Amino acid sequence: MLNIKELLDKVKASPYREIVVRAPHTGVVSFASVKPGEKVHGPRGEFMEKPGTLLAQLTREKNEKPILAPEKGVIEAVHTRYEGQFVEAGEPLVTIKHYMTRKEVIELILQEALYLFRAPERAKYYFVPEVDQKLKVSGKRSVKVHDGMEFLIVSRMKRETPLAYSGPEGIIYSVYFGRGENVDEGEPLIGVCPEDQLSVIQDVVARIQSEWEEEA
Amino acid sequence: MDRERRIQGLRERLHYIQDIFANRDDESIRLLAAKFGELIERHETVSGGAKREELARIEDLFDFSERKLDTTLTPMDRVRIVRHPQRICLKDILENVYDNYTEIGGRGEYNIDPSMLIARAVFSRRVGDKVINQMVMVIGQEKGHGEAFRNGGSVKPWGNAKALHYMKVAETENIPVHAFVFTPGAYPVEDWPGAAQQIARNLYELAGLRVPVISVFSEGGSGGAEAIGLADRRIMLSHGYYSVISPEGAAAIEAGLRSGDRTTPELIEKCARQLCITAEDNLRNGYVDRVLQEPPLGARPYHYDFFHELRRELIQTTNEVVSSVKSMKLYRAMAVRTSKTDDAESIYMRWTLSSSALDRLVDLRQRKFRAMSRHARLDGTGIVSRAVAATKGTVWAAHSFVRYDLLGRQKKRLNAVFEDLGAEAHLVRHKVFMPLKKTLDRVLPGNNGEPPKVGEAVVDRLTRLSCPEDGACLVGSEWAWTSPRSQEDRTISCPNVRTHHCPDLWVPDLFGDFAGVCPSCGHHFPMEYRWYLENVFGYSEAKEFNRQLESVNPLGYEKFDTKLDKAKERTGLKSACITFETSIEEVDTVVAVLCAPFRGGSVGAAEGEKFIRAAERATRKRQPFIAYVHGTAGIRIQEGVNGVIQMPRCTIAVRRYIDAGGLYLVLYDTNSYAGPVASFLGCSPYQFAVQSSNIGFAGPGVISETTGTAVPPNYHQAYHALSRGHIHGIWDRREVKKNLHQSLLTMGGRNLYYR
Repeated sequence: MLNIKELLDKVKASPYREIVVRAPHTGVVSFASVKPGEKVHGPRGEFMEKPGTLLAQLTREKNEKPILAPEKGVIEAVHTRYEGQFVEAGEPLVTIKHYMTRKEVIELILQEALYLFRAPERAKYYFVPEVDQKLKVSGKRSVKVHDGMEFLIVSRMKRETPLAYSGPEGIIYSVYFGRGENVDEGEPLIGVCPEDQLSVIQDVVARIQSEWEEEA
Repeated sequence: MDRERRIQGLRERLHYIQDIFANRDDESIRLLAAKFGELIERHETVSGGAKREELARIEDLFDFSERKLDTTLTPMDRVRIVRHPQRICLKDILENVYDNYTEIGGRGEYNIDPSMLIARAVFSRRVGDKVINQMVMVIGQEKGHGEAFRNGGSVKPWGNAKALHYMKVAETENIPVHAFVFTPGAYPVEDWPGAAQQIARNLYELAGLRVPVISVFSEGGSGGAEAIGLADRRIMLSHGYYSVISPEGAAAIEAGLRSGDRTTPELIEKCARQLCITAEDNLRNGYVDRVLQEPPLGARPYHYDFFHELRRELIQTTNEVVSSVKSMKLYRAMAVRTSKTDDAESIYMRWTLSSSALDRLVDLRQRKFRAMSRHARLDGTGIVSRAVAATKGTVWAAHSFVRYDLLGRQKKRLNAVFEDLGAEAHLVRHKVFMPLKKTLDRVLPGNNGEPPKVGEAVVDRLTRLSCPEDGACLVGSEWAWTSPRSQEDRTISCPNVRTHHCPDLWVPDLFGDFAGVCPSCGHHFPMEYRWYLENVFGYSEAKEFNRQLESVNPLGYEKFDTKLDKAKERTGLKSACITFETSIEEVDTVVAVLCAPFRGGSVGAAEGEKFIRAAERATRKRQPFIAYVHGTAGIRIQEGVNGVIQMPRCTIAVRRYIDAGGLYLVLYDTNSYAGPVASFLGCSPYQFAVQSSNIGFAGPGVISETTGTAVPPNYHQAYHALSRGHIHGIWDRREVKKNLHQSLLTMGGRNLYYR
């Protein structure tokens, strides 16, 4: 039995995710005028066409490449000691504290609380026809899976093989892949929830929905 | 009851005046408001209400003040008049001007595009003791004040397609078209078939439509107006406007605003004044033929006298158009021209025209537009050179006629006959000799065993490895001209790096050898027009003509002179259009280039004139005509209607050229938007684009400003234009020359000399 409350408290204690912005390649860094404590924003607009806040410029072969904030948040640290210096790829430049949104918190809790069935190889995945139909007609959470149940089809290079479920018995709570989409090895495919915990999880999700305050 | 109605009428008139003058502080308006207030007060308190005489007095005062205010109207006031919900709209005209009408092509909401209204209408009148019914096709934008589904008269592409369809119907039925322009501008959706593409098609068809077309302008906003406005006679209502862009749009461009911000009303007023959009301005510049006087402060649906006047004008103008081309004119033609009274109704003229008269009509229409906007450009060619050019033109025309028509046609016919005969002979020979050959082969088996001889050199080339002395590795660039940017020692990132993971490119490689194309994803970096001039069109050996035609500032637009001078100085050009004769792989062609560095490649009177002359030259010389659009931002707004009128003018020139049997090819590069694309470029049957170019009717900024919705970043991508059928192919920059040559050989009309 999972202690959801403890989990939630843990998230509440640090409602941030730290994003470390690293140098994508070698080059000379010059930081934009961002200081710790400043707010930054990620790409915006209906089509994400407006770029995020400029954090730094990386110059290689006189080619200036802007480094932009990937998400909104507050600047925690700027590694100004690199200013004007040549850095290697992967060097951390800026750290952004990203206040988690409601959706992200729910996702985080679910990833902890659910049993995640992971992709055994990079391929496209489909549900077997019976499961697929049931999911379509009665929605998610209507399909119960148990150990050894063949419920997925692995499609790779025109080879389609059935995939059996292994793990605790439960119902499919969330599906992490889309139709015709390649899933990398080790990525979660579905999240399974034991039947008796369903109400608990739904409660938590509802609580987060109502309680979690999203930062504007 | 009657009094209540009269008071209500006065109230509406007062509101109208206040709306039109946008709360301008004026003595008369204040007086009217005060008097009206008194009247209301007395009417409510005193039993029996306002007296009849008092009402009549106030109404007189209103009449007087309206007449007085009418003399103080500014251009922006006129724009407000036209936009006012009380303004007459097409439905009112149909009800009051024509004797009967049937709406066709949908009604109300049940319509493919409710903003475009089509109706078959009838004039019934008594001439002598006979009743005559005369049919016309009425096509026009319906603003539908208060009807949201009409979209305020902004026509979507399929609305214009519908208009075109019924123009064709009118042509089949041989009845005149009455077009009513009531649009603030076309709606910029790029859905099938594309806003620009459809307007271009309309213009192209109108340029040669074989029925009389009369257009009436009330509100003419650029592209939307042109889609139905190319007419034999253009009548303009005195309180209307006809403009290249709305004053607000001009002000937004003038102030260089980012989206979301608002301009000041003063700037809008100023732009409205500078754009010369009123009826008098257009009449003076020769873009409308006649101005129809409206009642003071503009026509409203209860001005029945005005409708009567409009009816007379329409009948008379149609008579005039018909009589100008009719073979049997007699006395009536004179009567039509002189009559300014109600006599127009009493003159009967059959509006169906014979085939030869229709030819004359189309020819007259085309000449009429050809002669426009002469004052809006500067022709720096000396009088001697002009005379020489004219003589040369005649000589070419005569030479082409003799060589390609008189002799060439006979030769072609002879060739065809010989070709047919040859094919026949080949078949016969095959039938007769094949059995013989087969028998011989069987009898003499040694004959067919011999392999064909291959030259030593070929064998050598095919079998050996490459050697460095042959230039196995690339040495230098293969291009005749490389961008000066290739001198810079630096790298550059491809914009598609996120999706295609292109490695960074070394600039000398990119702009030198790769011709500005990313070798990994095929993204085309913008390239100078000089690159195409030299590498594709061989400009250094080409013969440029009409170099002296110069863009000027015909409207005296503020600060535009300095901007023009700056552009001229920076580019060394006199206008955005370069026209020259060149040969592409031995095929002589005429090329017109619109280059973006000169004021965004926008088209004004000088550019249009150069384009037309190039098309005419191509016709005379029987040469293919290529329009290379390095980039165009549209019509030059600072030239006002002088710019807009280039849309029909150039389209007519292109139409004449294509009808004469030429090949007209359009190649787009970088960004091409608005007017030119929606007319003389978009009407070409062969349009191609260089990869990574953007094509559309309105730019993304204009779309978000007018419709309030943002468009996806790749909305105008050439591939989208390809998928909706606007363009017919996408080319790689490095292959432009090869493809052009291929197109010259495989496409086009009958009059090309090299075929």
